[in-house]
Amino acid sequence: MLMVQASLDGILLGILFALIAYGMALQWGVMNIINIAQGDLVILGGYIAYTIYLWGIHPAWGVIISPIIMFFVGWGLYKLVINKVVDRDLFISILATFGIAIVFQQLMNFIFGADVVVAQSEYGTTMLFDNSVTLPNSKIFSAFISVLYAVALVIYMKKSRLGRAIRATAQNARAAKILGVDTEKVYAATFGINAALCGIAGALISITLTLHPYVGLPYTVRSFMIVIVAGLGNLPAVAVSGMGLGLFEEFADYILGTEFRIGAVFMLLVFILVYRRFKLSKKREYLK
Amino acid sequence: MNKIAKLFVTFISAITLALVSFTSSFAKVEGEYIVLGSAISLTGKYSSNGVHTQNGYNMAVDRINKMGGVEVQGKKYKFEIIYYDDESNPKRAAQLAERLIKQDGVHYMLGPYSSGLTKAIAPVTEKYKIPMVEANGASRSLFTKGYKYLFAVLSPANQYLEVAIDLAVEKNGGKGVKIAQAFEQDAFSQDVRLGILDAAKRTGSEIIIDDKLPKELNDMAATLAKVKAVKPDVLVVSGHTKGALTAIRQISEMKVDVPMLAMTHCDAAKLSKQHGKKSEFALCASQWHKNLSYKDKFFGSGKKYAKDFQKEFGYDPPYQSAESSAALLVFKDAFERANSFDRDAVRDALVDTEMQTFYGNIKFGPGGQNVAKPMILFQVRCKGDDCENRVVAPTKWASDKFYHPIPKWSERS
Repeated sequence: MLMVQASLDGILLGILFALIAYGMALQWGVMNIINIAQGDLVILGGYIAYTIYLWGIHPAWGVIISPIIMFFVGWGLYKLVINKVVDRDLFISILATFGIAIVFQQLMNFIFGADVVVAQSEYGTTMLFDNSVTLPNSKIFSAFISVLYAVALVIYMKKSRLGRAIRATAQNARAAKILGVDTEKVYAATFGINAALCGIAGALISITLTLHPYVGLPYTVRSFMIVIVAGLGNLPAVAVSGMGLGLFEEFADYILGTEFRIGAVFMLLVFILVYRRFKLSKKREYLK
Repeated sequence: MNKIAKLFVTFISAITLALVSFTSSFAKVEGEYIVLGSAISLTGKYSSNGVHTQNGYNMAVDRINKMGGVEVQGKKYKFEIIYYDDESNPKRAAQLAERLIKQDGVHYMLGPYSSGLTKAIAPVTEKYKIPMVEANGASRSLFTKGYKYLFAVLSPANQYLEVAIDLAVEKNGGKGVKIAQAFEQDAFSQDVRLGILDAAKRTGSEIIIDDKLPKELNDMAATLAKVKAVKPDVLVVSGHTKGALTAIRQISEMKVDVPMLAMTHCDAAKLSKQHGKKSEFALCASQWHKNLSYKDKFFGSGKKYAKDFQKEFGYDPPYQSAESSAALLVFKDAFERANSFDRDAVRDALVDTEMQTFYGNIKFGPGGQNVAKPMILFQVRCKGDDCENRVVAPTKWASDKFYHPIPKWSERS
């Protein structure tokens, strides 16, 4: 039973991480920017949901309101900072987004205070196997919403004009530009969509976990890891690697102990990177 | 020409240096003001508790100054505090302590917020032999290093939840209990853990789960699933406000039934407000509660302090504010008994402190910790949707009976 509980907890958490990672993979793939502020955008989205909760609106509405606001935050951020680093070295983008992360943390601290806060969804609990496995409905809700948005986004990317433009830009920005795609607009929209995804994830975190201005970094690191494992522009892989990471974390917790939970994840990352290099080097032997 | 210019620069720097050292040697007392220094977290992750601390200090400074100030050698002095924002960063705090001492010439320090920052500052104050009265660093390791200039008005961290284990054993008919515990990996929480280990040994209790939570973790589902499987008598959780809020959220969602749940930081987490009825029956360690019967002539009783504080700052004082106010009372008392501004005389007077404040009795042990004041435990109790913290231990101040065991989730409405 313990293992069933662990698996379900892991998968539900993993789906949420996968959503954040998908946003990161998208803008990394399209713009070649590693966004260190990803986690802070998530937390800001969470605070938007928390704010409407304080106003007496059910925080679940956050999954609609928060991405709308966050889209414009992302758009604005692109126009203000990101457009200046988009064609530059990867290192410059890391520095710039690191700066943005610090500014966001301090701003959130200033506006919302340094207290840890939670929004209450009052969704209750689903109990399985005679109460020995419990699943918070808020977590099921959050997984469901994540999947819903992810699927919607995939369809949008395939069918819509903007989606096609984004994919074209990701494949070859110069060619897309020559063929009449306004890449500047595509970049802004991509960054906006990424921020909106963060907004959704944040709203879900406000009802499932806790919010604090300084807890953004772990989300950045997790999504970074998922993207590294899954590769860019590959949504099914992002979903699988997200869930896999969630599962791995829960099981590491049970088997090795809670103190090794994060350590185990990093060990896994090192292992995967080494393994990939090993595989690649085999493929490219003729190059040497 | 160049040589002359160089000479000139050297001359000017020498004068500046001389001036700096000159001013600092007199800056401890400026005119009618005794200048205290404090690095405090006004931004960064500790900023809310940092502000509580600052409000506590300011409240006491105003009150003492209004009521005649500090009398040394027949002359009345007033308190004044120089604050710097340490950004919740230990390195910055240590730098600022140096700055306060070397540049601003402060000779008496008030502590920062949190054990971690106090740990960063203590070696500096010790090096310059500056007496520091601190009110927000409870980590046991602060009191085992042999610091001679550090004085803490609060009880050390290892005492936070020991009382809870005693209470559980008492409810179990004096027999040992099964303890499950989850502590964050930081100085403070690990000290609370050491206290529990001691208490377990003393009472013949058994620790069946001993999880260490990573700092960045806000998910305890795995620990709680284990707790559900092994059914301990007591569950102990300490991980600052994030730990307290996460624990209650997930215990209620996962319907984890434990007869007793003991935590820290419920007050700072505003547990009863944020989680309402879900937090009912949680047992929380606290340094202070306004209903305690201690008294002093500056603030009167705890209740009076809470009322005045509410009037001034617009919220109920958490214990972080109360203990910070008490630190100023200790300084005043020490200055008057030393009847001098000599640092070592003040330090010796601090060693001999034995007084009662609205916050509790204060007497410093050999390590500098307060040994005269017990920790208290309160329990969250609700009437309808209205939840509040009620003192249940020690029995001397208990306003309510300790409710045990916690009813099962299936029986809770």
